[in-house]
Amino acid sequence: MDNFTVGIVVFPGSNCDRDVSWALEGCLDIRTKYLWHESSDLSDVDAIVLPGGFSYGDYLRCGAIARFSPLINALDEFVKSGKRVLGICNGFQILTESGFLPGALVANKNLNFICDDVELDIVSSKGGWFNNGDEKQTIKLPIAHGEGRYHCDSDTLKKLIDNELIALRYKNNPNGSSFDIAGITNGKGNVLGLMPHPERACDETIGGTDGLFTLKSLILK
Amino acid sequence: MDQFAVKVFVRLRPSVLDPAGEATKSASIKLGAEGIKSLRIGKMIEVKIEGNGENEVREKIDLLCYRLFANTVIEDYEYSLEKL
Repeated sequence: MDNFTVGIVVFPGSNCDRDVSWALEGCLDIRTKYLWHESSDLSDVDAIVLPGGFSYGDYLRCGAIARFSPLINALDEFVKSGKRVLGICNGFQILTESGFLPGALVANKNLNFICDDVELDIVSSKGGWFNNGDEKQTIKLPIAHGEGRYHCDSDTLKKLIDNELIALRYKNNPNGSSFDIAGITNGKGNVLGLMPHPERACDETIGGTDGLFTLKSLILK
Repeated sequence: MDQFAVKVFVRLRPSVLDPAGEATKSASIKLGAEGIKSLRIGKMIEVKIEGNGENEVREKIDLLCYRLFANTVIEDYEYSLEKL
């Protein structure tokens, strides 16, 4: 695992790329590499994080333009190979826009940009992204978004529930998300998208360490 | 080559809550406008495009609408097309 490298994708407008790098390198001693969105060479990274921010200024829709970058085109093979991809906040929006995950993220119900800590129930163990034992477990992570209301049709919601693809649910739904959904995985479990920011909860001095487990699980096979 | 002016309208699907529309409806009522039953906000995209006839241009616009202009999970679209 010494050479395990996590690629952090940088779009014009990404602003959590350095936070993710700090959390992985500084808190977990995991090597990282920034990947400019125009690159399509993913050969020397073992997992990928799509960080938060406002890629392309959120023009048209959040994540809509980023979807067409060479890097996202190359992501299809990467995902099919079973390697892990974590989309945080804007990264989650990009994953839904590009069809790696179902549904969409739309404007918060109350139109506020919400910047707060939220309590989350860990629902599914798919992919091993969260440390949930036999008992129901709750974690606290920060959120910071204006368009984080998860939306999907009822058929998709049923599939998410039936296939245990819902990873996290808000305890006190802050944004009006369908079924209190805060994060979901793909069927295989190697792709996770979530609105909360695990990279902002990796050190007690900044308020908590509940995000460490998720980032650490990037190195799982 | 023919040139066309296309107006694409992108709207949130009726089943998707439009909080910006709700806020604007509320402001409209505060302004004194009466009788507003519903107010929803969409986008209009204007495109000037060349092609060999209307059918070819419609194919291009259909692709743009479906793949880029609208996210059909949450939005519907329609467009009008005028030969220049």
